[in-house]
Amino acid sequence: MPLTVTINKKEYTLDADSRTTLLDLLREKLHLTGAKKGCDHGQCGACTVHMDGQRILSCLTLAAMVPGKNITTIEGLADGDNLHPMQQAFIECDGFQCGYCTPGQIMSAIACVNEGHTNSVAEIKEFMSGNLCRCGAYNGIVESIQKVKK
Amino acid sequence: MRPFIFVRPTNASQALSQKNNSTQFIAGGTNLLDLMKKDIAQPETLLDVNSVLSNAIQSSEKGISIGALVRNSAVALHNDILSRFPLVAKAILAGASPQIRNMATTGGNLLQRTRCPYFYDTTLPCNKRKPGTGCSALQGNNRMNAIIGWSADCVAVHPSDFCIALAALDAEVVVLGKDQKNTVIPFKDFHRLPGNTADRDNNLPANSMIQSVDIANNPFQKNYAYVKLRDRDSYAFALVSVAAALQLNNKKIVEARLASGGVAHKPWRWYAVEQYLKGKEATPAVFKEAAAVAVKETKPLSHNGFKVSMLRGAIELALGNCLIA
Repeated sequence: MPLTVTINKKEYTLDADSRTTLLDLLREKLHLTGAKKGCDHGQCGACTVHMDGQRILSCLTLAAMVPGKNITTIEGLADGDNLHPMQQAFIECDGFQCGYCTPGQIMSAIACVNEGHTNSVAEIKEFMSGNLCRCGAYNGIVESIQKVKK
Repeated sequence: MRPFIFVRPTNASQALSQKNNSTQFIAGGTNLLDLMKKDIAQPETLLDVNSVLSNAIQSSEKGISIGALVRNSAVALHNDILSRFPLVAKAILAGASPQIRNMATTGGNLLQRTRCPYFYDTTLPCNKRKPGTGCSALQGNNRMNAIIGWSADCVAVHPSDFCIALAALDAEVVVLGKDQKNTVIPFKDFHRLPGNTADRDNNLPANSMIQSVDIANNPFQKNYAYVKLRDRDSYAFALVSVAAALQLNNKKIVEARLASGGVAHKPWRWYAVEQYLKGKEATPAVFKEAAAVAVKETKPLSHNGFKVSMLRGAIELALGNCLIA
């Protein structure tokens, strides 16, 4: 089916099978491979992107349902060589090891700050609980969020 | 995933006229897409109802009406929900993750399917997935399953947190039928017990849609609690959850509401316990006895006897938390 989608402020018109998820559209059709396919069932958060400024799971969203929405992925954060403050904080606070979950963590972390859920370590952990990290970089992730919210 | 046709109806009559046994409505999609990927749901056509249903929360003097399309996070953040129905917000925030709550809708939450591992395992029998094949959980690993209201055909539990608060507060489900007429289903009658028709989770008439979930005013703004016990601290389905609300006159309980998730095929209301609490003093001893009254009704399976003592503790804790809310 024909689709026009807006990703990182750029409009794309393309043809996709109705079964295509937003995640597959990003990775396979647009080659924006930042958002990762971890579980593909909404259990890990590695595919987190923003839709109209709100964090969502791209693996549980059909591409057919995003025309008219503004999608932001990890690729849309930096301004040229200038990283988004959350990207910079993840580097400075060791917010990752292998990096596979990191794009999802960063997209979720930015939303967590925007939503104002950063009043305590417990609150940050609760509102980041949809993003799993098998390396266990959780302390660095919480630190990154605390650094950016200041 | 099997191929399907994707259709975007623009109003309710269009959507309902196309609804039949081989079509399914999709709103947030957080449960349905997962089920389609696992080949458990096999719709030939998906009807996207995002342009059809109400995305508004309407407050009135009598109560509140939550449009079927309102996202879980929007319900939990809404000022009138927080001030007049805070138990609802508390329960919603105990469920799923922020990402899922941003997508999942009110109507969809009521219609989500069980997370019984045997329902998800298409290589094994399951009466809910394939009627007549048997229940693998009854003699299988049933630690997550029901401790009350189950049948030999199905021991699955209802997975929602949102619905447990709605059950406790006697919400109503407004349904729009194929004939364009509204019917109102009391929340306690919306979900059902498995009996010998385990494939049916609820009493929503065939080919109709949920339009809104309405809650009438209640006196439970101050003394309420939602306790959820699970395998990890967050982002997991309940082993046992308890929604509790008390109306107090000094220390005396005028009215009590108590409902549980993770224990039955539907949100479970503890009516006998509510009756027991009525008129009594709100004290730890009374709460302890109330929890004992509840667990008397339970009938655990081979692997989930632990849920009974867990439930007893959760009820005691939730009633106690009502006093410090």
